[in-house]
Amino acid sequence: MRYPYLLTLPYCRGSVDCYHGVLSSVTVLSETSVVEGHKRRRAVFIVVACTLIGALAQVFIKLGAAHLEHPGLLATAIGIFTIPTLFAGYFLYGIFTVLLVYALRDAELSILYPVIALSYVWVTLASVAIFHETMNLPKALGVAIIVLGVAVLGRGGTS
Amino acid sequence: MALVLGGSVIGSVGAVFLKSGALVLRRTWSSILFNWKLAVGVVTYLLSSVLYVKGLSNGELSVLFPMVSLGYVCTLLWSRLFFNEKLTRTKFAGVGLILLGILCMSFGNR
Repeated sequence: MRYPYLLTLPYCRGSVDCYHGVLSSVTVLSETSVVEGHKRRRAVFIVVACTLIGALAQVFIKLGAAHLEHPGLLATAIGIFTIPTLFAGYFLYGIFTVLLVYALRDAELSILYPVIALSYVWVTLASVAIFHETMNLPKALGVAIIVLGVAVLGRGGTS
Repeated sequence: MALVLGGSVIGSVGAVFLKSGALVLRRTWSSILFNWKLAVGVVTYLLSSVLYVKGLSNGELSVLFPMVSLGYVCTLLWSRLFFNEKLTRTKFAGVGLILLGILCMSFGNR
């Protein structure tokens, strides 16, 4: 689409044409950065979904661990295959890892790694909703500030 | 304390391996199965979460904050060193806010 403008650049005599050629090449550049930004935002959204899945996995593992008689390594390894909630928890952890790797292909590590902190938010909300822990002001404030920080990272890290 | 310390550093190294493994992925099974970087990443990441849980169940939750922040600082450092990522003001602002939030949260859990 943009090629004709770029091709006219060597032939141009008038300053307007040259200006136009340069202008269109600038447009091409900014279009690629728009694509990059789009990819980055998508990757951040994937990691957000990841943290939700990871928190869900932790809830299942906590529920399943209550069925373990001995909390040793071997008993846990066997329990993963005999206790359905524990199996579900570790299965979700697997999905978490796959999605994380998928997202890491498209965005910078220095943006995506901090976003994983969102799992603290989900775990806090889940422990209030499911395990009836108390919600207080510092916790609520912490949740809000973490969400804000993730939003800042999602909007732009490469600018 | 030492367990969680080790856990956070190992976790950040694990993330580096996951990223470099992810970059060489293709749409073939062999590139997924014989990807040693990805395997190292998954194992170190798992190890870090095991160390974390062990450290937290032994000690108290107040060690969580310094450890987590150490993990973030390490990750920023690694991504600058290994992937040449730019450390912009926006990133520092985002990470700073997240750390502040975790600090608030650890006060609430006391």
